[in-house]
Amino acid sequence: MKMIVAVIQPHRQDDVRSALNSIGVHGMTVTEVQGYGRQGGHKEIYRGAEYDVHFVPKTKIEIVVSDKLETDAVEAIATASKTGKIGDGKIFVYDASRALRIRTGEEGEDAL
Amino acid sequence: MKIKSRSIWSWGLTSFLLFFIAINPAHAESKLSAGDTAWILTSTALVLFMTLPGLALFYGGLVRSRNVLSVLMHCFAIACLASVAWLVVVYSLAFSDGGGLNSYIGGLSKAFLTGVTTESLSGSIPETVFFMFQMTFAIITPALIVGAFPERIKFSAVLLFSMLWLVVVYAPACHWVWGGGWLSDLGVMDFAGGIVVHVTAGVSALVLAVVLGRRRGFPSDIRPPHNPGMTVAGACMLWVGWFGFNAGSALAADGNAGMAMVVTHISAAVASLTWAFIEWIKFGKPSVVGIVTGTIAGLASITPASGFVGPIGAVVIGVVAGVVCQWFATWIRTTCKIDDSLDVFAVHGVGGIIGTLLVAVFASESFGGLGLAEGATIGSQMLVQITGIVTVAILSGIATWIIAKIVLGFTGLRVSEEEEIDGLDISAHGERGYDLS
Ligand SMILES: Nc1ncnc2c1ncn2[C@@H]1O[C@H](COP(=O)(O)OP(=O)(O)OP(=O)(O)O)[C@@H](O)[C@H]1O
Ligand SMILES: [Mg+2]
Repeated sequence: MKMIVAVIQPHRQDDVRSALNSIGVHGMTVTEVQGYGRQGGHKEIYRGAEYDVHFVPKTKIEIVVSDKLETDAVEAIATASKTGKIGDGKIFVYDASRALRIRTGEEGEDAL
Repeated sequence: MKIKSRSIWSWGLTSFLLFFIAINPAHAESKLSAGDTAWILTSTALVLFMTLPGLALFYGGLVRSRNVLSVLMHCFAIACLASVAWLVVVYSLAFSDGGGLNSYIGGLSKAFLTGVTTESLSGSIPETVFFMFQMTFAIITPALIVGAFPERIKFSAVLLFSMLWLVVVYAPACHWVWGGGWLSDLGVMDFAGGIVVHVTAGVSALVLAVVLGRRRGFPSDIRPPHNPGMTVAGACMLWVGWFGFNAGSALAADGNAGMAMVVTHISAAVASLTWAFIEWIKFGKPSVVGIVTGTIAGLASITPASGFVGPIGAVVIGVVAGVVCQWFATWIRTTCKIDDSLDVFAVHGVGGIIGTLLVAVFASESFGGLGLAEGATIGSQMLVQITGIVTVAILSGIATWIIAKIVLGFTGLRVSEEEEIDGLDISAHGERGYDLS
């Protein structure tokens, strides 16, 4: 199993959800996060004063999928999140060693 | 023929005297007017609403989230403190007769409202109502200064500073202009507080910001306003409350109050648009914090002029406020490097000065105003206005510097660096503005 963590633009969240849904990913965790990449944040102007805002709002998506779904899932997220502008986000993939579905007690890929 | 011309002469004299009495309520054979009283009671509520919660929210939204409660607390506590100080001595110093010193300061005869009963009149309204109406001005003026020192001042310093400031700066300035002091003898025009409220608060804010020092990280590492929506809500309340501030300052429910309301509203609207358009041109986007800052600049600027100018004057004053106050906000921050954090001087001080100067021009009938005083010209009035601004600014600046040093000696002015980083909500008040769990 693989854990895929994607940090994306908040306004792409719905597209990513439906893209993942259509390839058979049936659960996800979404968090509103703040972060920065290479540009190190952005500037906001209030009353003529520039403020460096180091952390930009992003949406973090976490999904755990079977090994064979990894490539499709990463691709689906990448396609659905891409606008071609800076700040589109990143995708990180980890090995997930265990999963347990609490109500039924199922383990492994059955638990997903 | 002779008899007739004499009767016209005496009719003219009588009406001139009546007019003189009418514009000098202190000398009038006063009679209570229910209409006037109702309107000033209403205005009193409106002006208190400007501070609580209007100004508190306006300022609260502009600081970072860990200091929002401290700003609300500053405004609230100042309102309570100023109310008590007003009763104890400040009202008397501002509005009672000062005997030999009357040109400079009132006396103590009305301390604790001594001698004021339900029968006492001030013009055509009960003196209790006049007392309360003026109290709301004494509340908002030190509360305006809160914008100079948020996110780093000690709470004890806020209280001690505000109390001393009301006695040493507000009481004399108010007496000079409205209480029968030397500036009112000189004929200074300040309808609702361009000098008494905005110049005093603006200049004092600037001086206090210098003595107190900048916030950690100023200017590059300061966090932007945490809740512009809160600031907008506060600005809306200030706008509505300002009808009481300016139209209430007619101290009557009459045509003067009506025109004051017209010009107040127009100046606010024009200054808002001006500020937003300038941002749009300069930065590519018109901001909501910008448009409401323009509103306040326009309101502060029309304040001294509100009972004297017509709609044309209001439009011009609004445009000038939107341009000049905005320019000063940037200049104070980037060129002078003074952390007058919420632009009290740029918006209120400069706005008050703009209106106090321009009233000399736009009160003139040739510019659609309601007319200058007998014998005054635009030039002569302008000199009086400049005298008022300069002397009150000097009083405010020097007294604020001295008071700040006294407070520094007694309680200290600034919180520790650690408390500043933690935010005043937790470090000074033990509370959090937002529970984000
Ligand atoms: N190395 C990283 N480690 C952890 N999180 C990161 C890292 N890089 C980016 N992120 C997260 O991803 C978000 C989006 O990054 P972003 O797309 O701006 O990266 P970038 O390298 O600057 O690419 P781009 O040039 O396209 O903007 C960041 O706000 C941050 O939350
Ligand atoms: Mg980036």
